[in-house]
Amino acid sequence: MTIFKYPYLIWFLVTGLVFSGCAGGIIPPEALQWNQETLKDRQLQTRKFDTSDEEKMMSACAALLQDLGFILEESETKLGVMLGTKDRSAEDAGQIAGAVILALLLGVYVPTDDKQKFRASVVTRSLKESNEITVRVTFQRVVWNTQGRVTTSEALTDPKMYTEFFTKLSKAIFLEAHEI
Amino acid sequence: MKFNSKSPFLFLSLAMVVFAMQGCATPTTHERMLGGEEQVKLRSMQSRAFDTTDKEKTLRTVIATMQDLGFIVEKADLLLGTVSGTKLAGYSLRLTVSVRPKGDSQLIVRASAQYNIQAVEDPKPYQDFFASLEKAMFLTAHNVD
Repeated sequence: MTIFKYPYLIWFLVTGLVFSGCAGGIIPPEALQWNQETLKDRQLQTRKFDTSDEEKMMSACAALLQDLGFILEESETKLGVMLGTKDRSAEDAGQIAGAVILALLLGVYVPTDDKQKFRASVVTRSLKESNEITVRVTFQRVVWNTQGRVTTSEALTDPKMYTEFFTKLSKAIFLEAHEI
Repeated sequence: MKFNSKSPFLFLSLAMVVFAMQGCATPTTHERMLGGEEQVKLRSMQSRAFDTTDKEKTLRTVIATMQDLGFIVEKADLLLGTVSGTKLAGYSLRLTVSVRPKGDSQLIVRASAQYNIQAVEDPKPYQDFFASLEKAMFLTAHNVD
């Protein structure tokens, strides 16, 4: 093998490999930076309501999370913070069909998506000078496959999801205000 | 290919590999649990002082900044002055931010991040975080010794 004629090449290759393995992944440079989506996401995830009662707003948000099937995990009313999660199936008929075909044709087992956890964070902030409260909601999900490995971990950015959340929140606040 | 004096590079490379792998594969559980002396050096790169004493407003600004950066806020405690959150983007980035008074006129904000299963020990991500926080606070972030 010609590569053995140049042992220093191996030396560089192997030590390079070893040290990169040692580092085990480096934080992407953009992870804590603003980007083109930052303001767009903020707009998508935020609504302003004409009220100064933050406690009532938070209680409406908690009620809505409950309506949507979330389990309330954490809350700190003094800072307007709330976190809800829900566990659901992540099974996908198409993916399972594909795995079955592969198993039949090639005899290999292909893990498929099994379950997922949705996370919703709600943060309220009162704007004292204008008697308004902003509500910002963020959705994320993590998907595990049948081997228990994480296959997806992402922020959910479908605008429809956020629009629907706030439509429901408006209704919930209406209900709260009128105590039905 | 024989391991003799004619191939010192190969021998050296193998020795290096063994040495390097030993070096990175064997931090003890104690070291992993409590970190090394590096942790102390981290403190100054993770901390900034702000000329304000309004803990609640500072924490709420930290929360808003974290949301802007794509984090979900998981825990917050006004009394303790802490906020924790996670960003998911194919990776998992966890951040804890604490706010403590310094003297009579300042607050110290400290951020510590964990990327997947590693502590973030590079100063740049912290500089990025404080650059965003500084703007949202409308205050200058002073370095802390």
